[in-house]
Amino acid sequence: MSLPQSALSAWVRGIGLLAPGLGGWTAGQAILKGERSYEAAPTNLPAPGILPPAERRRASRLVKLALAVGLEAAAQADADPATLATVFSASSGDGHNCHALCETLASDDRQVSPTRFHNSVHNTSAGYWGIATGATPPCQVLCAYDGSFSAGLLEALVQVDVEKTPVLLIAYDAEYPEPIRSTRPVPDAGGIALLLSPEGAAGSLARISAALEQGQAAPLADPALEKLRTDIPALRGLPLLEILARGSNGATSLEYLPPTRLAVQVEFPGS
Amino acid sequence: MTPLQLSSYTASTCLGRGLEAQRRALAQRTSGLKPCDFETVDLPTWIGEVAGIDDVQLPARLAHHDCRNNRLALLALEADGFADAVRAAVGRFGPRRVGLFLGTSTAGILQTELAYRRRDPATGALPPDYVYHTTHNSYSVAGFVREYFGLEGPAMAVSTACSSSAKAFAAGARYIECGLIDAALVGGVDSLCLTTLYGFNSLELTSPEPCRPYDAERKGISVGEGAAYALLERPTARPSEDAVLLLGYGESSDAYHMSAPHPEGRGARQAMEAALRSAGLTPADIDYINLHGTATPSNDAAEGKAVAALFGNAVPCSSTKGATGHTLGAAGAVEAIFGALALEDGLLPGGVHTRRLDPTLDLDYLLENRSGRPSRVLSNSFGFGGSNCSLVLGRSQ
Repeated sequence: MSLPQSALSAWVRGIGLLAPGLGGWTAGQAILKGERSYEAAPTNLPAPGILPPAERRRASRLVKLALAVGLEAAAQADADPATLATVFSASSGDGHNCHALCETLASDDRQVSPTRFHNSVHNTSAGYWGIATGATPPCQVLCAYDGSFSAGLLEALVQVDVEKTPVLLIAYDAEYPEPIRSTRPVPDAGGIALLLSPEGAAGSLARISAALEQGQAAPLADPALEKLRTDIPALRGLPLLEILARGSNGATSLEYLPPTRLAVQVEFPGS
Repeated sequence: MTPLQLSSYTASTCLGRGLEAQRRALAQRTSGLKPCDFETVDLPTWIGEVAGIDDVQLPARLAHHDCRNNRLALLALEADGFADAVRAAVGRFGPRRVGLFLGTSTAGILQTELAYRRRDPATGALPPDYVYHTTHNSYSVAGFVREYFGLEGPAMAVSTACSSSAKAFAAGARYIECGLIDAALVGGVDSLCLTTLYGFNSLELTSPEPCRPYDAERKGISVGEGAAYALLERPTARPSEDAVLLLGYGESSDAYHMSAPHPEGRGARQAMEAALRSAGLTPADIDYINLHGTATPSNDAAEGKAVAALFGNAVPCSSTKGATGHTLGAAGAVEAIFGALALEDGLLPGGVHTRRLDPTLDLDYLLENRSGRPSRVLSNSFGFGGSNCSLVLGRSQ
């Protein structure tokens, strides 16, 4: 399979992963390449020690998730997160916060909490990331429903191409409580981060290229991992991580916005 | 950046539908703000409501997208022949080569707020007619517009609170620059809802009177709603003298606080400097600044300091939010279009409702309209979470 000339490419310097049964890139890598079998477990979100105490108290599951995967990817590349442009991509904001706000607004006393309100914006995690890391470079925050992972990856690749700068992609999603959960049944928190760079600097893991084409996304062979891919929108990027985990050249197609998918190719230096 | 032409553009706000209504109101210095009578909201504040949204009907095939935000999106698309210009671009380039980048902060959350009043008393379930995907979700407005035009290229909602739709312009420009698309439909849509009215009220940021940006006695924002769009394309070989171009964009993050700007306007200044760099210009090249100017004490102080530090008091500037209210995720697009109108008409709009400039801010803040022939304008948009974006627009000659 080959991509058209218009394909965008970048070098992967760091990877972050946190999902049900996938606790970090190192542990997840072993499972994705089949060395260890997958065991389902709720996503274990670490306390965001990097945040000042006031923000730490207010940090939602979604914020903890975004910080965890973003920091993991940056640390792997030994990159200072304060210097990185970022792309945050999520199919929704904080579901628990949204539910609490809507309950209050439907009640007799509509006085909402100021913290609930500022935590309701789609760029909440991005705001906490800035406070935590001190990063002042541009920060994009986007949503493309179930195509959000690919939209984030595409946006990051576009920025690497045009701005000639490293970009940290953080794709992340978490659950809504009932009653919204019945209409948007995301079961748990899951996220993927990729630190992308314009050149193959020392320590680069692989070169990825991507292009939009017509067609449907490719499923994962492992039924448990495939369920994760389809259950949690940010994990639509798992097929790409599977190739990165295996360490040999490969290609796949990720879910984007129908009728379009994102074709992705991964090449490892020296192979 | 390589300049891009705004080959078509439009805006709808509480000043009316389409560009002529905006022009007339800006020229006559009228405001569209009124005491808040939205839905069942009971708050001592003023709002900028777009008239006629309830009468808009989505095409039957798109009925699942029906909500206030998408009705506003459609109302604005159909003004000024903008929808026809989009269809023509799709005809020229094909549906895969036209990208879609729309800013919104709350999309159709009003739909969920209302549905929560109709939960099943026994089970708590939402009513069966409630649709999450195509009304509430942040992407819903982009999804609606994508289906409306049958687009098949890249699309996304940018949601960085009140800088959203300025950043949508920057995103669209980048996608053209890297060759993925030939035209970008960029803009923003944000509509009144309970979350923002009660939310800004909880932060004590809503004004009990029509908002007075940069006034010594400003008391906060008036929440508005609006939609504005532009079609970005590579300029024709010989663009007309009056063609409006996007010359630069600049983005930054405050890394300071969730709901308060950096007190010295550090991020605001970074965004403006980056926009000038992107346009290859210096502060002296800018003829008018459309300020973010929300009329909260802290926003205007921080932005004012940053503008004064970068431009001194040499550049005429104003906030148009006294006329429109703060259209939140649509503000970046609405005010970019106001910048385009200033370039086209040679009218620098004076701030409405502002009586006495904050004496701590040494700026050439326009309290009256001024006529001139600006060549380049800067528009600022800053949002919660410390998200900043500045755009530079200019005439081709």
